[in-house]
Amino acid sequence: MSKLLSAIQQNREWVLQDWVQRLRQAVRRRDLISDRELESEASEIFSVIDSVPAGTTLEDFGSAGWQPLKEMLAALSISRATAGFTPSETAIFVLSLKPTLFALARQNWSKDANDLFVEVSVANDFVDKLALYTTDSYIHGRDQVIARQQEEMLELSTPVVTLWDGIVALPLIGTLDSARTQVVMESLLQAIVQTNSRFAIIDITGVPTVDTLVAQHLLKTITAARLMGAECIISGIRPQIAQTIVHLGINLEDVITKAKLSDAFRLALERSGRKVTRADKANGSVAAAPRGV
Amino acid sequence: MRTTGTVQKTETVPIQSSSDVVVVRQRVRAWTTDMKFSLVEQTKIITAASELGRNTLEHGGGGKMELSLVVNGARQGIQLCFSDQGPGIADIAQALKDGYSTGQGMGLGLSGSKRLMNEFEIDSKPGVGTSITAIRWK
Ligand SMILES: Nc1ncnc2c1ncn2[C@@H]1O[C@H](COP(=O)(O)OP(=O)(O)OP(=O)(O)O)[C@@H](O)[C@H]1O
Ligand SMILES: [Mg+2]
Repeated sequence: MSKLLSAIQQNREWVLQDWVQRLRQAVRRRDLISDRELESEASEIFSVIDSVPAGTTLEDFGSAGWQPLKEMLAALSISRATAGFTPSETAIFVLSLKPTLFALARQNWSKDANDLFVEVSVANDFVDKLALYTTDSYIHGRDQVIARQQEEMLELSTPVVTLWDGIVALPLIGTLDSARTQVVMESLLQAIVQTNSRFAIIDITGVPTVDTLVAQHLLKTITAARLMGAECIISGIRPQIAQTIVHLGINLEDVITKAKLSDAFRLALERSGRKVTRADKANGSVAAAPRGV
Repeated sequence: MRTTGTVQKTETVPIQSSSDVVVVRQRVRAWTTDMKFSLVEQTKIITAASELGRNTLEHGGGGKMELSLVVNGARQGIQLCFSDQGPGIADIAQALKDGYSTGQGMGLGLSGSKRLMNEFEIDSKPGVGTSITAIRWK
């Protein structure tokens, strides 16, 4: 059986010091982490290794005794992923413990080649497992960050606003991939039902590229809205987008389009029997308020 | 493809997922901005790249885009080359017809991007793959 763990525990000061020294050289992203942080993280992790319950062995990384260490490594990896470290920069942290343990093995068992080989193998396997675990946790952490950002974007990107009684608007911003378009479309249709709107304005000022896929999504939304009794107006078609759409051969003739959102709003007001007039002091009407005719 | 210019600089973008198509657009945007194409021209080139990139992914099963800066005499242009090892296009003339699609699309991507670019060449063999080269001159 390996005696490496008890050797680590007997030489705790030396091991920690040696490891921290190697860390200082190995961890490149000193812009992201200070010496002091590095040291305190190392000593926290080391103290968990140092204080595993009796009977825990380095060979059995799956045993319950290593659970606290795993949790700590997972937390560390996630914070590294968030701070912008790469997976290898993150793995370096535990991997640099390897030469320290090799040196320790050499100090203790250099007289017997067989013993030395056994202990070095144990150290090697143990640190490899730590590194793999760290990398897995890192990826998991990164996935969580990405999933969260995606969700936030999906939510952010569907702000259906009521402009007036019976008129809703959807200002689209960013790339319209299929997943996002699905959400956008649903929330617009839902808003049409909820507000009992007869007009929906889709503003594409913030959409960088309108290709056949985006156009198809827009046309489908318009058709679905029509089935629900609402007319869509597309606004914010910039000159360069208009020219490109024409060259692509996309037919928007059956769609009401306006250059600006304000034009689309005015049209929707008119079509719903309202008129925008300038305030007239004599009759005391409210400035630019649409009124029913 | 017939040599219409000398290649000066290249960049390759892999196309394996729909987020790679976003990268295709971003890289073409960066290149056309650097090359000082007008806003209208930039939009046309980016849109063509978006169409061809998505075809590479959806019909070709993935592949890559190779961007090049081509020079012909005093003229400078951007060359986009999309290639895949997919099923290929059996009837190129038919694929180039407005409205023809073997999928659920509008069938305007291929013909439309041809209209958006100055030069356009399709090289495709059924069972071997497709490579489409398009150039827009300044
Ligand atoms: N790289 C490719 N490999 C194989 N077939 C292709 C490839 N590119 C295009 N095609 C074929 O050509 C047809 C026409 O392409 P096009 O881009 O015009 O239409 P689409 O992709 O079906 O729809 P969309 O209008 O959304 O682009 C496709 O349906 C497909 O059968
Ligand atoms: Mg297409």
